[in-house]
Amino acid sequence: MNGIFGTLSHYFTFPFVRYALIVGVLVALCASLLGVVLVLKRYSHIGDGLAHVAFGAMGVATALRLTNQTVLVLPLTMASAVVLLWNGQHTKIKGDAAIAMMSVSAMAIGYLLINLSPASSNISGDVCTTLFGSTSILTLTPTKVWLSVGLSLLVVAVFVLFYNRIFAITFDESFAAATGLNTRFYNMLVAMIVATVVVLAMDLVGSLLTSALIIFPALSIMRVLRSFKAVVVASVVLSVFCAALGITLSILLGTPVGATIVVVYIASFILFSLGGLALGRRRA
Amino acid sequence: MPQLICDRLTLGYEGRIVSTGVSFEVDAGDYVCILGENGSGKSTLIKAILNLKVPMAGKVILGEGLSRAGIGYLPQQTAAQRDFPASVWEIVISGSLNRIGRRPFFSHAQRKQAQENMRRLQVDSLARRCFAELSGGQQHRVLLARALGATDRMLVLDEPASGLDPQITDEMYSLIKDLNRSGLSIIMVSHDTQAALRDASHILHLGNTSLFWGTARDYERSDIGRAYLSRKGMEA
Ligand SMILES: Nc1ncnc2c1ncn2[C@@H]1O[C@H](COP(=O)(O)OP(=O)(O)OP(=O)(O)O)[C@@H](O)[C@H]1O
Ligand SMILES: [Mg+2]
Repeated sequence: MNGIFGTLSHYFTFPFVRYALIVGVLVALCASLLGVVLVLKRYSHIGDGLAHVAFGAMGVATALRLTNQTVLVLPLTMASAVVLLWNGQHTKIKGDAAIAMMSVSAMAIGYLLINLSPASSNISGDVCTTLFGSTSILTLTPTKVWLSVGLSLLVVAVFVLFYNRIFAITFDESFAAATGLNTRFYNMLVAMIVATVVVLAMDLVGSLLTSALIIFPALSIMRVLRSFKAVVVASVVLSVFCAALGITLSILLGTPVGATIVVVYIASFILFSLGGLALGRRRA
Repeated sequence: MPQLICDRLTLGYEGRIVSTGVSFEVDAGDYVCILGENGSGKSTLIKAILNLKVPMAGKVILGEGLSRAGIGYLPQQTAAQRDFPASVWEIVISGSLNRIGRRPFFSHAQRKQAQENMRRLQVDSLARRCFAELSGGQQHRVLLARALGATDRMLVLDEPASGLDPQITDEMYSLIKDLNRSGLSIIMVSHDTQAALRDASHILHLGNTSLFWGTARDYERSDIGRAYLSRKGMEA
C-alpha cells in the first residue's frame, strides 16, 4: 500500500501530472453536467457528431500549422453545433442523417489534411492521439491548462445561472415556449456549451471517446435517482470521482488515459445498474 | 380591447389545410369551450394560440395586458418521457419561470405560490415523488398546478379531463370553474359537451371551418349545436 502512495506522490511532483489531473477532473465535471441534458433531450448523438467535427477541425488546424489549435477548433465546432440543432429542429428525420454525414465528412477531411501536411513525421501517432487522446493530456502546456480551466468555469457558471431555464426546455420544451421562454436561444446556448465541452474533452480522451464522458455519468445516476437536481449533482460527483480514479490508474498502470477513464465509467455504470435493479426490487 | 383575437386563421400541416376561417375573440373572464370531432383541428388551434405553430393565414393577436408570459397551458399529452427524472416540485415550480424576468432563480414568493397551487390541486403530498411514477390523473393535476404558476390571466387547457375517472373529472371541472370565477379566462378543448354547456360562456365548434362561434346559450339553440348534442347524447 505504502508503495502505491509513494509512487503516486512521486508522480504528483511533476507539473504535467498535476495539470492532467486538474484539467481531466474539470472536463469530466462539465461533460457530466451537460450529459444529463443531452441524454434526456435524446441528443446524445449530437455530442458524438460534434466530437468528430472537432477531429476534422483539428486536421485543418494541423494543416495550417496553428500553434494554438483551440482558436480554430472551438469556433468550427460551435458553428457545426448551431447547424446541427437548426437542422434537427426543422426536419426531424433528416437530422440524424445530417449528423452522420457531418461526422464522417469531418473525419475524412481531417485525416486527409493531416496526411497532406508534412508538419509532423509521426502521422499515425498524431491521429491516434487525436482519436483516443492517448498522451495529449500529459503534454498540456500551461496556456492550454489555463484555457481549459477558464472554459470549464464558464461552462459551470452558465449552467448554474440558467439552471432553471435549462430544466424547463429539457423537461417540456413546448410548455416553455408557450409560456414565453425563448427556447431557440436556450437550445443554442446548450449547443454552444456542448461544443465547448467536446473541444475540451478531446485532449483528455480523444474525439472517439468524448461522448463516453458526456453520457455515462447521467446514465449511471439515472438508474438510481429520480429528481433532476439530484441527478445533476450526483452525476457531477460520480464523474469527478471516475475521472480522478481513471487518471490515477492510468499513471500507475501505464495504460492510455482516455481508455482507462472510459473503462472506469463503464464499471460505474454496471455497478449503478445493479444498484438500480436492487432498489427497484425493494420498491416493488 | 379583448384579451385575445383570432382573426381569420387558416391552420394546417405542410400545405395540407386542417381548418380555415377561424375567427373569435376572448374577453377577460370568458370561459371558451372548443368542441369538435377527433382530428377537427382543436389541438392545432391551441398550438396557434400559444404561438407554437405559425398559422398559414390570419393572425393571433394578444391584447389588453396579456403577454406570452401571462398564459398558462395544459397540454393534451405530456411530452415528458417515461424515464425523466424530475420531482413533482421541480415541475410545478418550473411553471413560474415566465415570471422571474431576468433573475436566475425563483423568489420566495414564487415558491410559496407554487406550494399554494400544489395544495389547491391536492398534490402537495406528492412533492418529492418522481413525476414519471405517478398515475395519469396525478400527473394531470401536477401539470395543471404548473400551468397555474404561469398565469394569473388566461389558462389554455387541451382536454383536461382525458383519462380521468368520473369523480376526478367532476372535481377537475369544478376547479376550472372556480379558477374562472376568480378571474382567469379559460380556453378549453373538451369532448364533454354537457360540462361544456354547463360551465362555458362561449362555444367554438370546429369542423374544417369554424362551424359555430357564440355564447353557450345560443349554441344550444343553433341547428349545429342541437345536431351535435343529440349525436353525443346517443353515444353516451
Ligand atoms: N404534427 C402534425 N403533422 C401533420 N399533421 C398533423 C400533425 N398534428 C396533427 N395533424 C393533423 O391535423 C389534423 C388535426 O389534428 P388535431 O390534433 O388538431 O385534432 P384534434 O381536434 O385536437 O383531435 P383530437 O380530438 O383527437 O385531439 C388531423 O388530421 C391530424 O392528422
Ligand atoms: Mg387534440
